[in-house]
Amino acid sequence: MKLLAALGAVVLGFLAAIGRIALFALETLAQALRPPFYGREFFAALLNIGWLSLPVVGLTAIFTGGALALQIYAGSARFNAEAVVPQIVAIGMVRELGPVMVGLMIAARVTSSIAAEIATMKVTEQLDALVTLSTNPMKYLTVPRVLAGLLVVPVLVGVGDAIGVLGGYAVATGTLGFNGATYIKNTVEFLEPLDVISSLTKGAVFGLSATLMGCYYGMNSGRGAMGVGRATKGSVEGAAILILAANFLLTGVFFSL
Amino acid sequence: MIRMTDIRKSFGTNEVLRGVDLYIPKGTSMVIIGGSGTGKSIALKCILGLVQPDSGTITVDGQDAATGDRDAFLARFGMLFQGGALFDSLPVWQNVAFRLLRGSLKRPRDEARAIAIEKLRRVGLKSDVADRFPAELSGGMQKRVGLARAIAAEPEIIFFDEPTTGLDPIMSGVINDLIREIVVEMGATAMTITHDMTSVRAIADNIAMLHDGVIQWTGPVSDMDQSGNPYLDQFIHGKAEGPIESVR
Repeated sequence: MKLLAALGAVVLGFLAAIGRIALFALETLAQALRPPFYGREFFAALLNIGWLSLPVVGLTAIFTGGALALQIYAGSARFNAEAVVPQIVAIGMVRELGPVMVGLMIAARVTSSIAAEIATMKVTEQLDALVTLSTNPMKYLTVPRVLAGLLVVPVLVGVGDAIGVLGGYAVATGTLGFNGATYIKNTVEFLEPLDVISSLTKGAVFGLSATLMGCYYGMNSGRGAMGVGRATKGSVEGAAILILAANFLLTGVFFSL
Repeated sequence: MIRMTDIRKSFGTNEVLRGVDLYIPKGTSMVIIGGSGTGKSIALKCILGLVQPDSGTITVDGQDAATGDRDAFLARFGMLFQGGALFDSLPVWQNVAFRLLRGSLKRPRDEARAIAIEKLRRVGLKSDVADRFPAELSGGMQKRVGLARAIAAEPEIIFFDEPTTGLDPIMSGVINDLIREIVVEMGATAMTITHDMTSVRAIADNIAMLHDGVIQWTGPVSDMDQSGNPYLDQFIHGKAEGPIESVR
Protein backbone atom coordinates (compact mmCIF):
# COMPACT_ATOMS: atom_id res chain seq x y z
CA MET A 1 0.00 0.00 0.00
CA LYS A 2 2.84 2.35 0.90
CA LEU A 3 4.55 1.49 -2.36
CA LEU A 4 1.40 2.37 -4.30
CA ALA A 5 1.07 5.65 -2.41
CA ALA A 6 4.70 6.52 -3.14
CA LEU A 7 4.23 5.64 -6.80
CA GLY A 8 1.07 7.74 -6.93
CA ALA A 9 2.88 10.68 -5.36
CA VAL A 10 5.65 10.44 -7.96
CA VAL A 11 3.13 10.31 -10.83
CA LEU A 12 1.12 13.22 -9.41
CA GLY A 13 4.32 15.22 -8.91
CA PHE A 14 5.35 14.53 -12.49
CA LEU A 15 1.96 15.57 -13.85
CA ALA A 16 1.98 18.71 -11.70
CA ALA A 17 5.44 19.61 -13.06
CA ILE A 18 4.20 19.16 -16.63
CA GLY A 19 1.23 21.38 -15.82
CA ARG A 20 3.46 24.11 -14.36
CA ILE A 21 5.77 24.02 -17.37
CA ALA A 22 2.78 24.16 -19.73
CA LEU A 23 1.40 27.19 -17.86
CA PHE A 24 4.84 28.82 -18.00
CA ALA A 25 4.96 28.22 -21.76
CA LEU A 26 1.49 29.74 -22.20
CA GLU A 27 2.50 32.76 -20.11
CA THR A 28 5.62 33.16 -22.28
CA LEU A 29 3.47 33.04 -25.42
CA ALA A 30 1.03 35.58 -23.99
CA GLN A 31 3.88 37.93 -23.06
CA ALA A 32 5.50 37.48 -26.48
CA LEU A 33 2.38 38.78 -28.20
CA ARG A 34 2.05 41.95 -26.12
CA PRO A 35 4.31 45.03 -26.20
CA PRO A 36 6.78 46.21 -25.09
CA PHE A 37 9.28 44.14 -27.07
CA TYR A 38 12.90 44.09 -25.98
CA GLY A 39 14.81 43.99 -29.28
CA ARG A 40 18.24 44.54 -27.74
CA GLU A 41 17.79 41.56 -25.41
CA PHE A 42 16.48 39.46 -28.30
CA PHE A 43 19.54 40.16 -30.46
CA ALA A 44 21.86 39.51 -27.51
CA ALA A 45 20.15 36.15 -27.03
CA LEU A 46 20.43 35.40 -30.76
CA LEU A 47 24.15 36.07 -30.57
CA ASN A 48 24.65 34.00 -27.44
CA ILE A 49 22.54 31.02 -28.47
CA GLY A 50 23.39 31.07 -32.17
CA TRP A 51 26.75 32.54 -33.01
CA LEU A 52 28.56 31.56 -29.81
CA SER A 53 27.28 27.97 -30.04
CA LEU A 54 28.72 27.46 -33.52
CA PRO A 55 32.13 26.11 -32.38
CA VAL A 56 30.68 23.42 -30.12
CA VAL A 57 28.00 22.53 -32.67
CA GLY A 58 30.55 22.34 -35.48
CA LEU A 59 32.99 20.18 -33.55
CA THR A 60 30.25 17.85 -32.32
CA ALA A 61 28.84 17.47 -35.82
CA ILE A 62 32.12 16.86 -37.61
CA PHE A 63 33.22 14.13 -35.18
CA THR A 64 29.77 12.55 -35.20
CA GLY A 65 29.67 12.51 -39.00
CA GLY A 66 33.14 11.02 -39.18
CA ALA A 67 32.39 8.32 -36.61
CA LEU A 68 29.11 7.54 -38.35
CA ALA A 69 30.91 7.00 -41.67
CA LEU A 70 33.38 4.62 -40.01
CA GLN A 71 30.62 2.64 -38.28
CA ILE A 72 28.44 2.38 -41.37
CA TYR A 73 31.42 1.33 -43.44
CA ALA A 74 32.37 -1.35 -40.90
CA GLY A 75 28.77 -2.62 -40.64
CA SER A 76 27.95 -2.53 -44.34
CA ALA A 77 31.20 -4.27 -45.23
CA ARG A 78 29.71 -7.45 -43.69
CA PHE A 79 27.15 -7.45 -46.52
CA ASN A 80 29.43 -6.05 -49.20
CA ALA A 81 27.30 -2.90 -49.19
CA GLU A 82 29.97 -0.27 -48.50
CA ALA A 83 28.57 1.94 -51.26
CA VAL A 84 25.64 3.00 -49.02
CA VAL A 85 27.91 4.98 -46.69
CA PRO A 86 27.10 8.44 -48.23
CA GLN A 87 23.36 7.81 -48.17
CA ILE A 88 23.24 6.45 -44.62
CA VAL A 89 25.53 9.18 -43.28
CA ALA A 90 23.30 11.79 -44.90
CA ILE A 91 20.05 10.33 -43.65
CA GLY A 92 21.48 9.59 -40.21
CA MET A 93 22.87 13.06 -39.75
CA VAL A 94 19.98 15.03 -41.22
CA ARG A 95 17.09 13.07 -39.79
CA GLU A 96 18.42 12.13 -36.37
CA LEU A 97 21.95 12.76 -35.22
CA GLY A 98 22.26 16.34 -36.42
CA PRO A 99 19.17 17.68 -34.65
CA VAL A 100 19.60 15.54 -31.54
CA MET A 101 23.29 16.26 -31.08
CA VAL A 102 22.77 19.99 -31.64
CA GLY A 103 19.76 19.94 -29.31
CA LEU A 104 21.74 18.22 -26.56
CA MET A 105 24.71 20.56 -27.02
CA ILE A 106 22.34 23.53 -26.74
CA ALA A 107 20.86 21.98 -23.59
CA ALA A 108 24.35 21.63 -22.14
CA ARG A 109 25.62 25.05 -23.15
CA VAL A 110 22.61 27.33 -23.34
CA THR A 111 19.96 25.82 -21.05
CA SER A 112 22.42 25.56 -18.18
CA SER A 113 23.67 29.10 -18.64
CA ILE A 114 20.16 30.56 -18.89
CA ALA A 115 19.03 28.70 -15.77
CA ALA A 116 22.13 29.66 -13.78
CA GLU A 117 21.93 33.30 -14.86
CA ILE A 118 18.23 33.75 -14.10
CA ALA A 119 18.46 31.75 -10.86
CA THR A 120 21.34 33.94 -9.70
CA MET A 121 19.31 37.00 -10.61
CA LYS A 122 16.48 35.64 -8.48
CA VAL A 123 18.74 34.86 -5.53
CA THR A 124 20.32 38.33 -5.64
CA GLU A 125 16.92 40.07 -5.91
CA GLN A 126 17.58 41.25 -9.46
CA LEU A 127 14.20 39.85 -10.55
CA ASP A 128 12.51 41.88 -7.80
CA ALA A 129 14.52 44.89 -8.93
CA LEU A 130 13.20 44.43 -12.48
CA VAL A 131 9.63 44.47 -11.17
CA THR A 132 10.23 47.65 -9.16
CA LEU A 133 11.64 49.19 -12.34
CA SER A 134 8.29 48.50 -14.07
CA THR A 135 9.76 45.66 -16.13
CA ASN A 136 8.11 42.25 -16.34
CA PRO A 137 10.86 39.60 -15.88
CA MET A 138 8.98 37.14 -18.10
CA LYS A 139 8.88 39.68 -20.89
CA TYR A 140 12.43 40.96 -20.40
CA LEU A 141 14.26 37.69 -19.71
CA THR A 142 12.17 34.76 -20.92
CA VAL A 143 10.55 35.98 -24.14
CA PRO A 144 13.78 37.13 -25.88
CA ARG A 145 15.60 33.92 -24.99
CA VAL A 146 12.80 31.58 -25.99
CA LEU A 147 12.16 33.41 -29.28
CA ALA A 148 15.87 33.39 -30.06
CA GLY A 149 16.07 29.66 -29.33
CA LEU A 150 13.05 28.97 -31.50
CA LEU A 151 14.53 30.87 -34.45
CA VAL A 152 18.26 30.21 -34.26
CA VAL A 153 18.50 26.55 -33.26
CA PRO A 154 17.04 25.38 -36.61
CA VAL A 155 19.85 27.35 -38.28
CA LEU A 156 22.37 25.66 -36.01
CA VAL A 157 20.84 22.29 -36.86
CA GLY A 158 21.16 23.07 -40.57
CA VAL A 159 24.80 24.01 -40.06
CA GLY A 160 25.35 20.91 -37.91
CA ASP A 161 23.77 18.66 -40.55
CA ALA A 162 26.03 20.10 -43.25
CA ILE A 163 29.18 19.84 -41.12
CA GLY A 164 28.25 16.29 -40.07
CA VAL A 165 27.86 15.23 -43.69
CA LEU A 166 31.17 16.95 -44.39
CA GLY A 167 32.77 14.94 -41.56
CA GLY A 168 31.50 11.74 -43.14
CA TYR A 169 32.78 12.91 -46.51
CA ALA A 170 36.23 13.68 -45.09
CA VAL A 171 36.55 10.26 -43.47
CA ALA A 172 35.09 8.40 -46.45
CA THR A 173 37.31 10.08 -49.02
CA GLY A 174 40.35 10.41 -46.78
CA THR A 175 40.57 6.94 -45.25
CA LEU A 176 37.96 4.69 -46.79
CA GLY A 177 38.84 5.25 -50.46
CA PHE A 178 35.58 6.85 -51.65
CA ASN A 179 35.52 9.13 -54.68
CA GLY A 180 34.65 12.68 -53.61
CA ALA A 181 32.39 13.59 -56.52
CA THR A 182 30.46 10.34 -56.28
CA TYR A 183 30.07 10.74 -52.51
CA ILE A 184 28.53 14.20 -52.90
CA LYS A 185 26.32 13.10 -55.79
CA ASN A 186 24.98 10.14 -53.80
CA THR A 187 24.37 12.32 -50.76
CA VAL A 188 22.48 15.03 -52.64
CA GLU A 189 20.42 12.63 -54.71
CA PHE A 190 19.40 10.53 -51.72
CA LEU A 191 18.22 13.33 -49.43
CA GLU A 192 14.59 14.42 -49.81
CA PRO A 193 13.01 17.77 -48.88
CA LEU A 194 11.12 16.05 -46.06
CA ASP A 195 14.43 15.04 -44.46
CA VAL A 196 15.55 18.64 -44.30
CA ILE A 197 12.12 19.91 -43.20
CA SER A 198 11.98 17.37 -40.38
CA SER A 199 15.49 18.31 -39.30
CA LEU A 200 14.75 22.03 -39.14
CA THR A 201 11.40 21.44 -37.43
CA LYS A 202 13.14 19.38 -34.80
CA GLY A 203 15.64 22.20 -34.40
CA ALA A 204 12.85 24.68 -33.72
CA VAL A 205 11.16 22.40 -31.19
CA PHE A 206 14.46 21.59 -29.49
CA GLY A 207 15.42 25.27 -29.35
CA LEU A 208 12.06 26.09 -27.80
CA SER A 209 12.38 23.25 -25.29
CA ALA A 210 15.97 24.08 -24.30
CA THR A 211 15.40 27.78 -23.71
CA LEU A 212 12.02 27.32 -22.07
CA MET A 213 13.42 24.83 -19.57
CA GLY A 214 16.34 27.12 -18.78
CA CYS A 215 14.01 30.03 -18.10
CA TYR A 216 11.48 27.92 -16.17
CA TYR A 217 14.04 26.44 -13.80
CA GLY A 218 15.82 29.77 -13.39
CA MET A 219 12.62 31.64 -12.55
CA ASN A 220 11.57 28.94 -10.09
CA SER A 221 14.90 28.33 -8.41
CA GLY A 222 15.31 27.96 -4.68
CA ARG A 223 17.44 30.14 -2.44
CA GLY A 224 21.21 30.31 -2.25
CA ALA A 225 23.96 28.54 -4.12
CA MET A 226 22.20 25.21 -3.69
CA GLY A 227 19.06 26.63 -5.29
CA VAL A 228 21.06 27.85 -8.29
CA GLY A 229 22.80 24.48 -8.58
CA ARG A 230 19.54 22.56 -8.44
CA ALA A 231 17.92 24.86 -10.99
CA THR A 232 20.84 24.40 -13.38
CA LYS A 233 20.90 20.62 -13.00
CA GLY A 234 17.13 20.34 -13.29
CA SER A 235 17.04 22.52 -16.38
CA VAL A 236 19.57 20.41 -18.28
CA GLU A 237 17.91 17.15 -17.25
CA GLY A 238 14.48 18.50 -18.18
CA ALA A 239 15.66 19.91 -21.50
CA ALA A 240 17.49 16.68 -22.46
CA ILE A 241 14.46 14.53 -21.65
CA LEU A 242 12.12 16.90 -23.46
CA ILE A 243 14.40 16.98 -26.52
CA LEU A 244 14.69 13.19 -26.72
CA ALA A 245 10.95 12.69 -26.18
CA ALA A 246 10.11 15.35 -28.76
CA ASN A 247 12.57 13.75 -31.18
CA PHE A 248 10.79 10.41 -30.86
CA LEU A 249 7.39 12.00 -31.40
CA LEU A 250 8.50 14.12 -34.34
CA THR A 251 10.23 11.17 -36.00
CA GLY A 252 6.95 9.31 -35.68
CA VAL A 253 4.99 12.22 -37.11
CA PHE A 254 7.31 12.74 -40.10
CA PHE A 255 8.31 9.23 -41.04
CA SER A 256 5.97 6.65 -39.57
CA LEU A 257 2.46 8.05 -39.65
CA MET B 1 0.97 58.68 2.23
CA ILE B 2 1.10 54.95 2.66
CA ARG B 3 -1.30 53.06 4.90
CA MET B 4 -1.10 49.37 5.72
CA THR B 5 -4.15 47.95 7.46
CA ASP B 6 -4.22 44.52 9.12
CA ILE B 7 -1.70 42.98 6.73
CA ARG B 8 -1.24 39.26 7.23
CA LYS B 9 1.13 36.95 5.45
CA SER B 10 2.07 33.34 6.08
CA PHE B 11 4.52 31.00 4.39
CA GLY B 12 3.21 27.52 5.07
CA THR B 13 2.75 27.30 8.82
CA ASN B 14 5.05 30.26 9.46
CA GLU B 15 2.85 33.29 10.16
CA VAL B 16 5.24 36.15 9.39
CA LEU B 17 2.88 39.14 9.46
CA ARG B 18 -0.04 38.85 11.89
CA GLY B 19 -1.90 42.07 11.31
CA VAL B 20 0.46 44.92 10.54
CA ASP B 21 -1.01 48.42 10.79
CA LEU B 22 1.25 51.22 9.71
CA TYR B 23 0.81 54.78 8.50
CA ILE B 24 3.55 56.76 6.73
CA PRO B 25 2.68 60.42 6.16
CA LYS B 26 3.65 61.98 2.84
CA GLY B 27 7.15 63.45 2.71
CA THR B 28 8.33 61.75 5.90
CA SER B 29 10.98 59.13 6.52
CA MET B 30 9.78 55.99 8.29
CA VAL B 31 12.26 53.41 9.50
CA ILE B 32 11.07 49.93 10.37
CA ILE B 33 13.28 48.16 12.86
CA GLY B 34 13.20 44.64 14.20
CA GLY B 35 15.30 41.54 14.46
CA SER B 36 16.32 39.38 11.54
CA GLY B 37 13.49 37.26 10.19
CA THR B 38 10.71 39.33 11.73
CA GLY B 39 9.11 40.16 8.39
CA LYS B 40 10.37 43.69 7.75
CA SER B 41 11.33 42.96 4.13
CA ILE B 42 8.09 41.06 3.58
CA ALA B 43 6.11 44.09 4.74
CA LEU B 44 7.98 46.28 2.28
CA LYS B 45 7.58 43.77 -0.56
CA CYS B 46 3.83 43.60 0.16
CA ILE B 47 3.55 47.32 -0.57
CA LEU B 48 5.34 46.90 -3.90
CA GLY B 49 3.30 43.83 -4.82
CA LEU B 50 6.40 41.62 -4.92
CA VAL B 51 4.68 39.51 -2.27
CA GLN B 52 0.90 39.20 -2.12
CA PRO B 53 -0.48 39.57 1.41
CA ASP B 54 -2.98 36.92 2.50
CA SER B 55 -5.31 39.63 3.79
CA GLY B 56 -5.45 43.30 4.66
CA THR B 57 -5.28 46.44 2.56
CA ILE B 58 -2.51 48.74 1.43
CA THR B 59 -3.25 52.18 0.08
CA VAL B 60 -0.96 54.78 -1.42
CA ASP B 61 -2.50 58.27 -1.43
CA GLY B 62 -5.85 56.61 -0.85
CA GLN B 63 -5.54 54.31 -3.89
CA ASP B 64 -5.62 50.56 -3.30
CA ALA B 65 -2.16 49.24 -4.19
CA ALA B 66 -3.60 45.96 -5.45
CA THR B 67 -5.74 47.53 -8.17
CA GLY B 68 -5.24 50.02 -11.00
CA ASP B 69 -2.41 50.56 -13.46
CA ARG B 70 0.56 48.63 -12.07
CA ASP B 71 3.18 50.36 -14.25
CA ALA B 72 1.96 53.79 -13.19
CA PHE B 73 1.93 52.64 -9.56
CA LEU B 74 5.50 51.29 -9.69
CA ALA B 75 6.73 54.37 -11.54
CA ARG B 76 6.13 56.29 -8.30
CA PHE B 77 8.63 54.12 -6.43
CA GLY B 78 12.37 53.76 -6.25
CA MET B 79 14.06 51.05 -4.27
CA LEU B 80 17.54 50.36 -2.94
CA PHE B 81 17.95 46.64 -2.40
CA GLN B 82 19.98 45.10 0.39
CA GLY B 83 22.63 43.65 -1.93
CA GLY B 84 22.28 46.38 -4.53
CA ALA B 85 20.56 43.99 -7.00
CA LEU B 86 22.45 45.60 -9.85
CA PHE B 87 22.18 43.87 -13.21
CA ASP B 88 25.51 42.15 -13.81
CA SER B 89 25.19 42.16 -17.58
CA LEU B 90 24.73 45.92 -17.87
CA PRO B 91 27.29 48.68 -17.33
CA VAL B 92 26.72 50.98 -14.38
CA TRP B 93 25.13 53.81 -16.33
CA GLN B 94 22.58 51.46 -17.90
CA ASN B 95 21.74 50.13 -14.46
CA VAL B 96 21.11 53.66 -13.21
CA ALA B 97 19.18 54.67 -16.32
CA PHE B 98 17.34 51.34 -16.64
CA ARG B 99 13.93 52.92 -16.26
CA LEU B 100 14.83 55.77 -18.59
CA LEU B 101 15.86 53.43 -21.41
CA ARG B 102 12.56 51.54 -21.65
CA GLY B 103 8.87 51.71 -20.82
CA SER B 104 6.72 54.75 -20.19
CA LEU B 105 9.62 56.89 -18.90
CA LYS B 106 11.84 56.19 -21.93
CA ARG B 107 14.21 58.98 -22.98
CA PRO B 108 16.73 59.28 -25.82
CA ARG B 109 19.84 57.22 -25.03
CA ASP B 110 22.19 60.22 -24.73
CA GLU B 111 19.80 62.01 -22.39
CA ALA B 112 19.36 58.89 -20.26
CA ARG B 113 23.14 58.53 -20.01
CA ALA B 114 23.53 62.17 -19.00
CA ILE B 115 20.91 61.75 -16.28
CA ALA B 116 22.62 58.58 -15.08
CA ILE B 117 25.97 60.34 -14.81
CA GLU B 118 24.37 63.23 -12.97
CA LYS B 119 22.76 60.82 -10.49
CA LEU B 120 26.08 59.01 -10.05
CA ARG B 121 27.69 62.34 -9.29
CA ARG B 122 24.89 63.06 -6.78
CA VAL B 123 25.80 59.91 -4.84
CA GLY B 124 29.50 60.77 -4.95
CA LEU B 125 30.69 58.66 -7.87
CA LYS B 126 32.75 59.99 -10.75
CA SER B 127 31.69 59.66 -14.36
CA ASP B 128 34.43 57.11 -15.10
CA VAL B 129 32.39 54.58 -13.10
CA ALA B 130 29.58 54.83 -15.66
CA ASP B 131 31.06 52.36 -18.14
CA ARG B 132 32.28 49.83 -15.60
CA PHE B 133 30.33 46.72 -14.71
CA PRO B 134 28.86 46.16 -11.22
CA ALA B 135 31.24 43.26 -10.51
CA GLU B 136 34.17 45.70 -10.83
CA LEU B 137 32.88 47.89 -7.97
CA SER B 138 33.34 47.64 -4.21
CA GLY B 139 30.34 46.98 -1.94
CA GLY B 140 30.07 50.64 -0.99
CA MET B 141 30.18 51.75 -4.61
CA GLN B 142 27.52 49.20 -5.52
CA LYS B 143 25.27 50.61 -2.80
CA ARG B 144 25.78 54.09 -4.20
CA VAL B 145 24.96 52.90 -7.71
CA GLY B 146 21.85 51.21 -6.30
CA LEU B 147 20.94 54.50 -4.64
CA ALA B 148 21.51 56.38 -7.91
CA ARG B 149 19.23 53.90 -9.69
CA ALA B 150 16.57 54.31 -7.00
CA ILE B 151 16.46 58.09 -7.50
CA ALA B 152 17.09 58.20 -11.28
CA ALA B 153 13.46 58.64 -12.25
CA GLU B 154 12.75 61.13 -9.41
CA PRO B 155 10.30 58.87 -7.56
CA GLU B 156 7.83 60.16 -4.99
CA ILE B 157 8.43 57.21 -2.68
CA ILE B 158 11.79 55.53 -2.00
CA PHE B 159 12.34 52.26 -0.16
CA PHE B 160 15.67 51.32 1.37
CA ASP B 161 16.19 47.70 2.36
CA GLU B 162 19.06 47.36 4.84
CA PRO B 163 21.03 50.19 3.19
CA THR B 164 24.15 49.81 5.35
CA THR B 165 24.38 46.03 5.70
CA GLY B 166 27.85 44.78 4.89
CA LEU B 167 29.47 48.21 4.89
CA ASP B 168 32.14 49.54 7.22
CA PRO B 169 31.06 52.23 9.74
CA ILE B 170 32.47 55.10 7.69
CA MET B 171 30.79 53.99 4.47
CA SER B 172 27.59 53.34 6.45
CA GLY B 173 27.72 56.93 7.66
CA VAL B 174 28.23 58.18 4.11
CA ILE B 175 25.25 56.18 2.84
CA ASN B 176 23.06 57.30 5.76
CA ASP B 177 23.91 60.95 5.10
CA LEU B 178 23.26 60.53 1.39
CA ILE B 179 19.89 58.95 2.02
CA ARG B 180 18.88 61.72 4.39
CA GLU B 181 20.05 64.46 2.04
CA ILE B 182 18.38 62.97 -1.00
CA VAL B 183 15.08 62.31 0.74
CA VAL B 184 14.95 65.88 2.06
CA GLU B 185 16.10 67.33 -1.27
CA MET B 186 13.51 65.41 -3.29
CA GLY B 187 10.73 65.77 -0.75
CA ALA B 188 10.15 62.06 -1.11
CA THR B 189 8.34 59.71 1.22
CA ALA B 190 10.89 57.18 2.46
CA MET B 191 10.60 53.81 4.10
CA THR B 192 13.74 52.13 5.37
CA ILE B 193 14.28 48.70 6.84
CA THR B 194 17.25 48.27 9.09
CA HIS B 195 18.50 46.96 12.39
CA ASP B 196 21.39 49.42 12.41
CA MET B 197 20.55 51.95 15.14
CA THR B 198 23.02 54.49 13.74
CA SER B 199 21.04 54.46 10.49
CA VAL B 200 17.81 54.83 12.42
CA ARG B 201 18.98 57.99 14.14
CA ALA B 202 20.43 59.41 10.92
CA ILE B 203 17.55 58.66 8.57
CA ALA B 204 14.28 58.48 10.50
CA ASP B 205 11.54 60.98 11.19
CA ASN B 206 9.44 58.17 12.59
CA ILE B 207 10.18 54.61 13.53
CA ALA B 208 8.13 51.44 13.84
CA MET B 209 9.23 48.38 15.75
CA LEU B 210 8.10 45.10 14.17
CA HIS B 211 8.15 41.97 16.26
CA ASP B 212 6.02 38.80 16.37
CA GLY B 213 4.34 39.88 13.14
CA VAL B 214 2.86 43.11 14.50
CA ILE B 215 4.01 46.69 15.02
CA GLN B 216 4.92 46.81 18.71
CA TRP B 217 5.56 50.56 18.82
CA THR B 218 5.55 53.46 16.40
CA GLY B 219 6.30 57.12 16.91
CA PRO B 220 8.75 59.95 16.27
CA VAL B 221 12.42 59.05 16.49
CA SER B 222 12.81 61.70 19.18
CA ASP B 223 10.51 59.67 21.46
CA MET B 224 12.33 56.42 20.86
CA ASP B 225 14.56 56.54 23.92
CA GLN B 226 11.69 57.33 26.30
CA SER B 227 9.09 55.05 24.75
CA GLY B 228 8.70 52.78 27.75
CA ASN B 229 8.03 49.95 25.33
CA PRO B 230 9.93 46.86 26.53
CA TYR B 231 10.44 45.49 22.99
CA LEU B 232 11.84 48.75 21.69
CA ASP B 233 13.99 49.29 24.77
CA GLN B 234 15.50 45.85 24.51
CA PHE B 235 16.16 46.28 20.79
CA ILE B 236 17.72 49.74 20.83
CA HIS B 237 19.93 48.90 23.79
CA GLY B 238 20.85 45.47 22.45
CA LYS B 239 19.98 43.66 25.68
CA ALA B 240 19.88 39.88 25.85
CA GLU B 241 17.15 39.99 28.55
CA GLY B 242 13.66 41.14 27.72
CA PRO B 243 10.50 40.12 25.91
CA ILE B 244 12.38 39.39 22.67
CA GLU B 245 13.92 35.94 22.85
CA SER B 246 17.61 36.18 22.02
CA VAL B 247 17.59 32.76 20.35
CA ARG B 248 15.03 32.69 17.59
